Amino acid sequence: MAQSVYKLTIPSSTRYLEDVRHFVETHARQADLSPEAVEQLKMAVDEACTNVIEHAYKGKGEHQIDIAVIVKPDRLTVRIRDEGESFDPKAYQEPDIFEYARRHKKGGFGVHIMRRLMDQVEYRKRGKINECCMTKYRNNRTPGHGEGQDG
Amino acid sequence: MSNFSVGFRTNGSIQVLDLKGELDAHTASELEAAIQKCRRENRCKIVVNGENLKYISSAGLGVFMAYIEELREQGGDIKIAALQPKVYNVFDLLGFPMLFDIVQTEEEAVARFQQNGEQPDEPA
Repeated sequence: MAQSVYKLTIPSSTRYLEDVRHFVETHARQADLSPEAVEQLKMAVDEACTNVIEHAYKGKGEHQIDIAVIVKPDRLTVRIRDEGESFDPKAYQEPDIFEYARRHKKGGFGVHIMRRLMDQVEYRKRGKINECCMTKYRNNRTPGHGEGQDG
Repeated sequence: MSNFSVGFRTNGSIQVLDLKGELDAHTASELEAAIQKCRRENRCKIVVNGENLKYISSAGLGVFMAYIEELREQGGDIKIAALQPKVYNVFDLLGFPMLFDIVQTEEEAVARFQQNGEQPDEPA
């Protein structure tokens, strides 16, 4: 199946999130995704990269994050790779905003947003590399739940 | 250079924060500093004007969430107004309309405080 791949590597710092959003927006628009889908992709990728920076790399900026936009005829996938601490999707609990507000909690929504905005969110570990793949289908259908899928 | 800024205005005892640009995990600290400044100055009744806010991630939403209870305990609140539709959608996605007063216009947000006895500035 024909596909195009576009890659970006950033240091693990939040100051580069704007660059990531711009990169994803550019290629999602070129791939003719709807304006709504483009916004959803930007946000989901922002959340995924923020999680890598804050949790996998504990806010340390000397690491790197590899981002790839993979365009296929029926879908667009963004793949995010890091070598930090792994995320266990099975241990994730859906946020309760009232409880979070009571606890003055600032975070914990990222994965929830990624799952809500994307058609598919998968986490894999390949040796030292953590990989998160988020997919948006052009016809907005949600595919069957395959092995390794989360969300 | 940050692509986000917070402007400060007052309307009687109500503090208006004008948000502009993109609010993400990098710029959320600027919003947090603005809310902390309001708290230091005992300005706990805050209206956030989001007319020029182009983007918000969960890190931005988290700042509102972290301070809302504290401000309410001090007799204040955060009321959010004039959000662009795509920004409102993010608030809505996480159920924030259940936790926050989110209204169409700044005037409406101010009026919500006035219903509780606050007086605005006299018109110039």
